[in-house]
Amino acid sequence: MAAPAFKPQIVTTETKSLPAKPAGDVVALPARKPQSRLKGAGGQMKSVLAAVVPPLVVLAAILLVWQIAFGRPGATLPPPTTIWSEAKDLIVDPFFVNGSQDIGLGWRVLTSLERVLYGFGLAAIAGVLLGALVGQSVWAMRGLDPIFQVLRTVPPLAWLPISLAAFRDANPSAIFVIFITAIWPVIINTAVGIRNIPQDYRNVAQVLRLNTIEFFFKIMVPSAAPYIFTGLRIGIGLSWLAIVAAEMLTGGVGIGFFIWDAWNSSRLPDIIVALIYIGLVGFALDRIVALVGRIVTRGVAAS
Amino acid sequence: MTGYLKLDHLDKTFSRGGQVTEVLKDINLEIEAGEFVSIIGHSGCGKSTLLNLIAGLTPVTYGAVLLENREVNAPGPDRAVVFQNHSLLPWLTVYENVKLAVDKVFAGRKSRAERHEWILQNLDLVQMGHAKDKRPSEVSGGMKQRVGIARALAMEPKILLLDEPFGALDALTRAHLQDSVMDIHARLKNTMIMITHDVDEAVLLSDRIVMMTNGPAATIGEVLAVPLARPRNRLELVSDARYVAAREAVLRFLYERHRFVEAA
Repeated sequence: MAAPAFKPQIVTTETKSLPAKPAGDVVALPARKPQSRLKGAGGQMKSVLAAVVPPLVVLAAILLVWQIAFGRPGATLPPPTTIWSEAKDLIVDPFFVNGSQDIGLGWRVLTSLERVLYGFGLAAIAGVLLGALVGQSVWAMRGLDPIFQVLRTVPPLAWLPISLAAFRDANPSAIFVIFITAIWPVIINTAVGIRNIPQDYRNVAQVLRLNTIEFFFKIMVPSAAPYIFTGLRIGIGLSWLAIVAAEMLTGGVGIGFFIWDAWNSSRLPDIIVALIYIGLVGFALDRIVALVGRIVTRGVAAS
Repeated sequence: MTGYLKLDHLDKTFSRGGQVTEVLKDINLEIEAGEFVSIIGHSGCGKSTLLNLIAGLTPVTYGAVLLENREVNAPGPDRAVVFQNHSLLPWLTVYENVKLAVDKVFAGRKSRAERHEWILQNLDLVQMGHAKDKRPSEVSGGMKQRVGIARALAMEPKILLLDEPFGALDALTRAHLQDSVMDIHARLKNTMIMITHDVDEAVLLSDRIVMMTNGPAATIGEVLAVPLARPRNRLELVSDARYVAAREAVLRFLYERHRFVEAA
């Protein structure tokens, strides 16, 4: 009796919050959302402004100082006005194609993202499996953990010559560098998560006689999910750091090579635009993994 | 005639870093089918260890646990456990928690529709059908424990093992759940073994009360039969002479002959 009476209410609150969502997504400040949902449209507007205005003011101040500092003739770096006038095509249209090497930064970012996707995807799968092994088996931990602890300190680029020698091709080498960079935090965090599975859950699994595969998917992964996603989030950040450096050395298409190419042809404004692209994409990647993590681990944290 | 469940000269020692601790020594007990047996003793006497031995979660050092004359030495759904802190999986709903058990135990024996019916039937048995789509974090402690009982019952165990199932609950909720368990026991005629440290709970629910001596090397000090007719009503029993006598016998055992000495 109570359920049908409740349902319409729930539906209306959902539809009410729908138009508010795009506004929330534009500012990308989810922390403010619950607060604004309680208030009316006016309160929502206020909190959006409160979130958007301060960074805009700071940004304007930075641009102004930058312009004053480097605006004089003979400055080593270009001021914002020069960047705008010289790299306008890169800023306004990320997806233009004027020839095989003259393409928008959006395309280059997508090429880099594709490599990150392969490398990070493989690292996520292998990292969770290895982490589960290390977390579950005392002997695997004793054997593998010291090796992992040493290898994880090797800087990403130090792997590049080895992988170039092994794969004899730039693209798989770059993917391997991403893989080897991203895998360590995934392994280590997964292992910690597995080790922290409460004995109660293990007892339940034992009483039910879950086999290894059932235990992995039904107990291990959901129980360790918050830890796994912490590892994935660190991993995607490191991947994005490593891809730019790797592409500088391997060449081809990609945002990293673009920067190197621009440096060689003294196009400093292009480099600065590319840096902003890299920053924004890295931020978006981090938020996407965090969001997926929040959705997947819903309910696990609150027990 | 041998019992349904037989504990045959059980010893349990834990060794940690060369130091051997004798926890349980020479436990002998026979339990008949359909019997409700409580195990009572001071904290630290090894009663939870004893339950884990029966469940197979902890290996026995010496002796054997025999269920229907067959040795059991690994955990299994024939000895379902209701854990002290409910042990529901927080990422699953109430329904899914029971489903996990039912799907595993009845895979191949019941169709999907039959399993669904069976899950609902067990949730209704503990009066939790209304909350089947809630997550454990959204229901009260008493409700979680009800779901824990439903999950255990849904395995159709030969023996239901209850490890201080009401220890973490307030007195009123506890009384409610005790009545529920008595009701379920009367209806399903399960064999149940319950660990408790509550004298009233032991006397109210049990056919027999197994009293443990203090550790180390704890063993069964005394077994008391509770000759009270069922169904039992807690209000009427308060003034019942047999209830009072049984209660006094357990109290005397725990506080006179085996007074708990706090280890320094």
